[in-house]
Amino acid sequence: MSDVFRRPNNSSVTQSLNTFRNASITAGRNFFRTRLGVPPLREEEFPGVPNFSRRDFMKLCATTAALLGLGAAGIPRIADALVTAAGQRPSVVWLNFASDTGCTEALIKATYPNAAQLILEILSLDYNETIMAAAGTQAEEILAEALERGDYILIIEGAIPTKKGYGMIARREMIDIGKEFADKAKAVIAVGSCATWGGVPAGDPNPAGLKGVREALGVQAINLDLCPVNEGILVATIVDFLLTQRVPELDGHGRPKIFYGQTIHDQCERRGHFNAGRFVERFGSKEEELGYCLYKMGCKGPDTYANCSKFRYNDRVSWCIGAGAPCIGCGEPGWVDKFAGFYERLPGVKVPGLEGVAAGADKIGIAAGVATAAGIAAHAIVTAKKRRPTKEPPSEKSDVSPDT
Amino acid sequence: MSRIKIDPITRIEGHLALEVEVQDSKVKDAWASGTLFRGFEIILKGRDPRDAYHITQRICGVCPTSHAHASSLCLEDAVGIHPPDTGRLVRNVVEGAQFLHSHILWFYHLAALDFVDVVSALQAKPKEQYLKNVQARLKKFVESGQLGPFANAYWGHPAYKLPPDLNLLAVAHYLEAIDKQAQASHISAIFGGRMPMTMTTPAGGSVHIPTVDDIANMLPRLLELREWVENVFIPDVLAVAPYYLDYAGIGKGPANFLSWGVFDDPSFETTNRLMPSGVVMGGSLAAQEVDQQTVTEDVTHGWYKDGEALHPSVGVTEPEFTEWDVENKYTWAKAPRYGEQPMETGALARMVVAYAKGHETATKLINDTLAALGVSGKPEVLFSVVGRIAARALETKIIADATVAWAQQILENLKNGNKATFTGYTMPDHAQGTGLWEAPRGALAHWNQIEGGRLANYQVITPTCWNISPRDGKGIQGPIEEALIGTPVEDPKRPLEILRVAHSFDPCLACTVHVIDPSSNEVYEVRVA
Repeated sequence: MSDVFRRPNNSSVTQSLNTFRNASITAGRNFFRTRLGVPPLREEEFPGVPNFSRRDFMKLCATTAALLGLGAAGIPRIADALVTAAGQRPSVVWLNFASDTGCTEALIKATYPNAAQLILEILSLDYNETIMAAAGTQAEEILAEALERGDYILIIEGAIPTKKGYGMIARREMIDIGKEFADKAKAVIAVGSCATWGGVPAGDPNPAGLKGVREALGVQAINLDLCPVNEGILVATIVDFLLTQRVPELDGHGRPKIFYGQTIHDQCERRGHFNAGRFVERFGSKEEELGYCLYKMGCKGPDTYANCSKFRYNDRVSWCIGAGAPCIGCGEPGWVDKFAGFYERLPGVKVPGLEGVAAGADKIGIAAGVATAAGIAAHAIVTAKKRRPTKEPPSEKSDVSPDT
Repeated sequence: MSRIKIDPITRIEGHLALEVEVQDSKVKDAWASGTLFRGFEIILKGRDPRDAYHITQRICGVCPTSHAHASSLCLEDAVGIHPPDTGRLVRNVVEGAQFLHSHILWFYHLAALDFVDVVSALQAKPKEQYLKNVQARLKKFVESGQLGPFANAYWGHPAYKLPPDLNLLAVAHYLEAIDKQAQASHISAIFGGRMPMTMTTPAGGSVHIPTVDDIANMLPRLLELREWVENVFIPDVLAVAPYYLDYAGIGKGPANFLSWGVFDDPSFETTNRLMPSGVVMGGSLAAQEVDQQTVTEDVTHGWYKDGEALHPSVGVTEPEFTEWDVENKYTWAKAPRYGEQPMETGALARMVVAYAKGHETATKLINDTLAALGVSGKPEVLFSVVGRIAARALETKIIADATVAWAQQILENLKNGNKATFTGYTMPDHAQGTGLWEAPRGALAHWNQIEGGRLANYQVITPTCWNISPRDGKGIQGPIEEALIGTPVEDPKRPLEILRVAHSFDPCLACTVHVIDPSSNEVYEVRVA
């Protein structure tokens, strides 16, 4: 130990400590007033739900209702469910297996409700190794208690190693822990690609023999694909289950249809450009700046079922295609191999004007390439006629179809 | 003499177990075990080299941006290009915000509960309305009987030293910081599309072309975050540290520090980065330049077939799970060495290297902090748990300031019509590249080899590979193992002190264990010791 620190009552240290402490309190208070999203107004507190102002609470309910497609009529039902739940918060056990913790990271990006409200006041997140205070034996005790109560929703992040020794927690095989806890759970939610089908580490040749929750544990998990899971989908699915006490309608891959019912392509804000044959040909190009379709840069949106364009990510600031990146298809089972060559064109996509014809990538490339050049020429003419710069890309009326 | 096994170690990324031998209430020896195996390098073999940008991000969901950029640098090195200036700045902003996210999350949500007794905060007598509200919220939470993530921890342990008022303040800021770490990620996502798993900065630069709207959306968030770092984060660290000054003499480790450097300037030289590259050996405070050719990986104590310690670019790895035996093989982690020495990496390593190199801002911040703690002129006290905590906080300030400046510089570039963000390239038939970078938790290196336009080989050495390393063939412990030796353990059933030392390294296990060879892709029998 350093001798220099054997002065716990050093007056200058104490003095500077007090200065810092006071500064910190003041800063914290002042800062609190300017921050967004957390209710400072106690008099408006919503009865029955701790630490929510009415404004915040209604915003939460409206957001969640919108996520669930219930509209304004659904708000009272959600409100009732959460108020009831607030008395005894629903227990969540979150097991992390062969993962990179990206889905826990996604969870803590939640904005409405934010992660603190979600895990401390709406739910009782009884086990999550990334954030829980207890470790070792004390963590194991929490797990054992939860298993005995058997009243939890089980969330599994990460794939499940099927080779002995490849994944262990507290000297036990992950697959054994998973089976034990899935058996007693009220519902099992598999979050992210790894948990739904194995994910990136299960990419060919799947060296660790990883499997998804349904396959490895033989349970009908609710599969929330995407890598990582969209925080909005995760929160909405949990709330939906609490509200209805039943599993939502699922598609053939075990995904809630409400979130995974349509392709990214069909819901894409750049779809108009695709229809008009306006494509990005080169990263960093004028077409990229204009927000043209990324199909030719390898976008997998036409084959990927998820609602990313609707929910977006991170306080809804952006999403992949919105930021100019071609979709890599991370919402689809097997995407790591199925879509390998993420910047290569997706074959077999039908383009407008070629109805009923499954055009190969090269064919589309040629057709669309001509169309893009023509589209830009048309744009130039339109702009010149108006004699003013336009921020908008050429309107759909002035486009040239890919089949011309 | 007694043995303590802590499994799982929580409040880290991934799966880690520690075993320590305690004699006379102090740790006499320690063993660190990575307990999960995935296998990224072999998954990458044969793939399109551009896909590594997306696949390596899934090595770690806590620092995907860093893997993204190490991977981009690696491919750019192989094809011989650099991004245009605005592309470089976009990358720095995405990475900078990621560091802010990671350091805030680490301090408040992963490490703080080792020093802050949440239950004691109920005894505080706050005068501020803000703190009264937080205390009421906490009281309601505790009285609900459902303690969630705070259940069954070491509350009341005699090693907790903070007075109730300071505990309450820390709890208040724990809650605030949940929003702050998210806000930092939102900033990354404005350019990157989303976080975790950024989308827009592959080899070549940025496929996102920034707009004035982006900056208008970003700057207020960034300025608010910077203000919070200055007015809350740094003061919190300086307020808590005086109560734990004994930890300035605990957790030293080998005092060898490695930084590959992070945040490029226009020269793209690692020595000119915001946090420069360099090596400091044996706590000498004399910096040397890095030479990545001296890196080797040893598998004597990992669950791999024995072989010669080799440079990762030619490394051969065959997994072989035998049994969990600390005298022999006890981890899925390998033992990287630099010039045959174990190296600590992370914010402390970067700050020590910067200090040793005379980095102006780092030097001033470190000297001011030493003065505030009453130890001016004794920078060697940084080689400790307190040093790691302080280094992360100080680096957060440096990066917050720099990220604001980079965002403003992008605005200037846009005004000047300097919008180019992407350098095109043609994929070579044969090439190899090295990408040296830093994740928030330390030195990160990617190596690739391209044959026939596909990846013939891909190797990664992550920060925690260095820090969590087991013993090597000479029996030299890894940094965390060595740092644990001498740590006091008041109550072997509640080994809070051990968590403090382990958490100070911000370990990330998903990053650590990811190597496998396809030729041994078979089931191994396990006998758990």
